[in-house]
Amino acid sequence: MYNEIILAGFGGQGVLLIGKLLTYAGMNAGLEVTWMPAYGPEMRGGTCNCTVVMSDRQVGSPISSKPHAIIVLNLQSIDKFEPLVRPGGIMVMNTSLINRSAVRHDITVVPVACNQIAVEAGSAKAANMVALGAYIGASGLVDLALVKNTLAEKFAARPKLIGINHACLDKGFEIGAGARAGATARSC
Amino acid sequence: MAKKLMKGCEAIGEAAIHAGCRLFFGYPITPQNEIPEYMSGRLPQVGGVFVQAESEVAASNMLYGASGAGCRCITSSSSPGISLMMEGVSYMAGSELPVVIVNIMRGGPGLGGILPSQSDYFQATKGGGHGDYRVLVLAPSTVQEAADLTMEAFDLADKYRNPVIILGDGLIGQMMEPVEFSRNVDPSALPDKPWATTGCKGRQRNIINSLYLKPEELEEHNWHLAAKYREMAKEARHATYNADGEMDVLVVAYGTVARITRTAIDSLKEKGIKAGLFRPVTLYPYPTEALVEAALRARHVLVTELSTGQMVEDVRAALAGRRPVEFYGRVGGMVMAAEELAEQIEKLAHATTV
Repeated sequence: MYNEIILAGFGGQGVLLIGKLLTYAGMNAGLEVTWMPAYGPEMRGGTCNCTVVMSDRQVGSPISSKPHAIIVLNLQSIDKFEPLVRPGGIMVMNTSLINRSAVRHDITVVPVACNQIAVEAGSAKAANMVALGAYIGASGLVDLALVKNTLAEKFAARPKLIGINHACLDKGFEIGAGARAGATARSC
Repeated sequence: MAKKLMKGCEAIGEAAIHAGCRLFFGYPITPQNEIPEYMSGRLPQVGGVFVQAESEVAASNMLYGASGAGCRCITSSSSPGISLMMEGVSYMAGSELPVVIVNIMRGGPGLGGILPSQSDYFQATKGGGHGDYRVLVLAPSTVQEAADLTMEAFDLADKYRNPVIILGDGLIGQMMEPVEFSRNVDPSALPDKPWATTGCKGRQRNIINSLYLKPEELEEHNWHLAAKYREMAKEARHATYNADGEMDVLVVAYGTVARITRTAIDSLKEKGIKAGLFRPVTLYPYPTEALVEAALRARHVLVTELSTGQMVEDVRAALAGRRPVEFYGRVGGMVMAAEELAEQIEKLAHATTV
């Protein structure tokens, strides 16, 4: 198992945070993990991304030009990263901020209205968690409970936020798991 | 201690503390600001001192003073900042002072850019400052190795009374990986440094100096240093991947590029191409003998770096024409993709040996 995931969005949407959560969860699941943020001038133009690699063997390159999956939270990010996804890969797209459809037909597309779902759950800021939940549901790569536990540890100082974030992870997970089931059915 | 997820820069900082270092002097520059940031928070917690100097020149001279007084100390910077420190590094090499210097390299020359590079190989391994000197150069490839080598760097510096450079690229500084610290050194339990200037009550005074006006004395000092550098050769270290038996191509790479190479090598296995990796862990001393042994089992040798070709000169010198040595580099902060490198390796594997 070797999985490269690019997470991208506007600065402030929390893509680095969900990347770290995913990485922690992978580490706690006993996998080899690497988290690599883009730190160059590109992050100063408003977009922000990181690459997470999770593997059952030592991680090679910490960056990826052909990711197995992408999580894109805004239009610039889908434009930039959709063409790179490996055939058969996964794309979680935030339809609250992306007003176009996916171009690719050879990947599992998971459209999620992250911002709307987060607002309904109590905080617009947790849109990133909806996206992360959707990816976990769609990929089945790590246990959702591990991610929730890690989040609870990281947010221990702000316990009020844990409930909302957990709810957002759950909502996203349902949608992602549904997309996964759909993709499996189609390929049968 | 359980594994923690840390950035390379933070792991280097924590490793220095675990090595019993309590003094940091430096000046900010991207992409290594997480080291001074981390040290500014951590050092006061363990009774240490963090000083943001007025410049890199000042920082390197503060190291001179602290090391001369017998203390373990560290600085970190990135390429242009390291150039500014070079006067101090030369003086420390001349005065035989143990210090650890971290260079998280970015693109150059001049101010260059802030993205990853390996453009300071020459500067680190061939001296860097003026005078006829060498420093030990360690090149980590993972965050865990960055931590381990930082701890070891302090021991090597003390052992040889010599500066040690940790040479990393922007990727290793910024990436997060699980890391654990194997030991925790109590600074008060470190061996005495009888040469240090600690106050000479009851003993002959010690002098820390690099000025020798009499040519006979300076020559003797130069040969003494040269003998020490020869002695360091036994610290040469390397790692390999998939490099046993006969190979189509042996790729020589260090730091993050070695990891990209590993991914490229894996992708070529299904095509039936046998490529191996030789990764120097110490860039000075260079693991020449081991490299020759591995290279002679390969039809081709490819050196790949984030530079226009620096380490390749050491590889060519080591092989002395016994194998053709090709080079592939990316520069300016651009990093080769594993697929791009695989293409280069494949092309070479299919080329006939002349």
